[in-house]
Amino acid sequence: MAGFFERLKQGMSKTRTGLGDRIRSLVGGRQWSDSLYDELEEILYEADLGSQAIEVILAQLKDSVRQRHPERAEEVVALLHEVMVAMLESNPNPYQLPDQRPAVWLMVGVNGTGKTTTAGKLAQRMKHQGHSVILGAADTFRAAAPEQLLEWGRRAQVDVVHQAEGADPAAVAFDTVRAAMARRLDLAIIDTAGRLHNKTHLMQELSKIVRVVGRECLDAPHQVWLVIDATTGQNGLEQARVFQEAVRVTGILLTKLDGTAKGGIAFSIHQALHLPIAFVGVGEKLDDLMVFDADQYVRAILGMEDRELD
Amino acid sequence: MFDALTDKLQQTFKRMRNKGRLTEADVKEALREVRLALLEADVNFKVVKEFLSRVEARAVGQDILQSLTPDQGVIKIVRDELVQLMGSHVERVRMASNPPTVIYLVGLQGAGKTTASAKLARMLRHQGRQPLLVAADIYRPAAIDQLKVLGEKIQVPVVTEAGKTPVQLAELGMAMSKRMAKDVIIIDTAGRLHVDDALMGELEEMNRRVPAHEMLLVVDAMTGQDAVRVASAFKERLPLTGVIMTKLDGDARGGAALSIREVTELPIKLVGSGEKIEDLEPFAPDRMAQRILGMGDIMTLIEKAEAAMDREDTQVLAEKITKADFTLDDFRAMIEQVKKLGPLSKVMEMMPGMGQMAKLKNKVDDRSMVRVEAILNSMTNKERQRPDIIDGSRRLRIARGSGTTVMEVNRLIKQFDEVKKMMKQMKGKKGRGRMPRMPFPPLG
Repeated sequence: MAGFFERLKQGMSKTRTGLGDRIRSLVGGRQWSDSLYDELEEILYEADLGSQAIEVILAQLKDSVRQRHPERAEEVVALLHEVMVAMLESNPNPYQLPDQRPAVWLMVGVNGTGKTTTAGKLAQRMKHQGHSVILGAADTFRAAAPEQLLEWGRRAQVDVVHQAEGADPAAVAFDTVRAAMARRLDLAIIDTAGRLHNKTHLMQELSKIVRVVGRECLDAPHQVWLVIDATTGQNGLEQARVFQEAVRVTGILLTKLDGTAKGGIAFSIHQALHLPIAFVGVGEKLDDLMVFDADQYVRAILGMEDRELD
Repeated sequence: MFDALTDKLQQTFKRMRNKGRLTEADVKEALREVRLALLEADVNFKVVKEFLSRVEARAVGQDILQSLTPDQGVIKIVRDELVQLMGSHVERVRMASNPPTVIYLVGLQGAGKTTASAKLARMLRHQGRQPLLVAADIYRPAAIDQLKVLGEKIQVPVVTEAGKTPVQLAELGMAMSKRMAKDVIIIDTAGRLHVDDALMGELEEMNRRVPAHEMLLVVDAMTGQDAVRVASAFKERLPLTGVIMTKLDGDARGGAALSIREVTELPIKLVGSGEKIEDLEPFAPDRMAQRILGMGDIMTLIEKAEAAMDREDTQVLAEKITKADFTLDDFRAMIEQVKKLGPLSKVMEMMPGMGQMAKLKNKVDDRSMVRVEAILNSMTNKERQRPDIIDGSRRLRIARGSGTTVMEVNRLIKQFDEVKKMMKQMKGKKGRGRMPRMPFPPLG
């Protein structure tokens, strides 16, 4: 896991210098006093954690502080880490496929979060793990989206099912699943068009894809990954809520974590909806897509070195 | 757009309204609510602080506390300060006095640069310019294809060449603009995951070889606290002249829009307000502030109506209405016109007072309109011209064809008859300028 931590730290170096240094300079060597809560609150707000999550975090932190009477401010930060990790329970291995084949994964999310790129990376990763994979380009709206996925398909040596621009995305999804079944493949990954969650007709289109896929293949889609850009502010929560209602999201995939000074939206979403955060993307390379680890993630956010916790 | 923030502020002030007079403690209480609302709207933390201290300084200890409608006074101050925060007047994209005008679009990955480039090109073409697009995003797979497809749709040439660097492509664009007699060059640049040296160096070099008249930062309206940091980082290295805010048609509260101007002093010049290629609008700070406070935005609606509606069609329609020979065909044309304004829910959002009716808005989604259209489309020409021939079996056929029920078909025809009756009355009262309320289109 050291690799994960190192890379996440590198990826999130901006987070560390932003948030970690602020916390360090704030509390470094100081006696804890309750007036420091306001400062912590401010820092958490700046990390895009959102008022609900912050309220819960601070309430629990105050409980811990009352019970354990830490003297130095650093100890309070360690308690903060504990509280935050406890809020992000860890999840089963998201790469695990069900016994029944093919497994169907669906990528959903608002525009510009990195669905297509991540679909390509997941295909490549699963292929490396020895699975037979097919990609479906059900983003028939954005100009040249299939071409982008085809490029990923070439890199991963995975076939891509696609149709002309403007085709029915459910038809592409249908074809993809049928192809996966006919060829007895392990996994079909279907990329969908980015859509703003407040557009009812687009959300209905997505529900239709899920219905069509479910008719063809038992229990499909087995995973619905909601792709969320880590730079997203509090709107990420509403996105998650609406997508979950429309298509039974099974997990969050937090992208572009290296492009942000925060990533705190993960807390809001998990806390409000109990959706597991399955993957994080911390860079552009294939290896930069990693399984989410709550402990490492919170350490990186708080800019804590390992020794500070031991 | 700023629905949630509007709701919060309205709730706060409603509570104040119920109390009648405001005390200093009330103002502070209200401002605490405003603070939370702004923070939840992703307004930058520091901006919130400064904003509140300005509002408080103006609100507390002023005559408004003595006035009979102090809440109005506070709303006015909040509104004024919001406008101030977003830049007090409309900023346009400036054209060079000596063409070609060079416009760069820069920003992070996924902000919507490519889409915004095409939208901007289309907008300028409609303003009588001759734009040229340069596809300089050589990194994202198929980004160039995407711009090519969009360029074809809006009939704007796209310059690109395999194997060239972004710097070479900018120069090629400049050369081509002269050869093709184009007066605006829009350069779509590559996005990066985070602000890195290589990206900035490349953009600096491009700007050195082909200097920008406008360098616009494209920012996603859903961005959180990071928006300000990104904008500042780009501004440190590049001569940014303004911001394009994208995806404002989502329900993100758009605190980024509030913050960027304040921290970077960069004006927000344009906003992306929909998925269609024509959904790019000038950013109007005063209107936006009114909208935040739930005051509606009738000006945008009127402008949209003027731009979208076909003047001749509208005139023919108006004549038909006055002559009372209005058929279902005309009604269908009317729906087409209204549809050009965009989704009904969006239109309603712009009406004063409608912003508050969030629940109503969810009901008036565009499906009701689609159903009415489906019914009309399932009729024969003859039926639309002479609705009185539509008997029971025709109604059944229409219902089946449109995937609706006979009841819905009946309702539509009945309402149409009522409108016709009203038009006859209007014809009789012609010149008195009284327009009865039309029960069309039947919604909900």
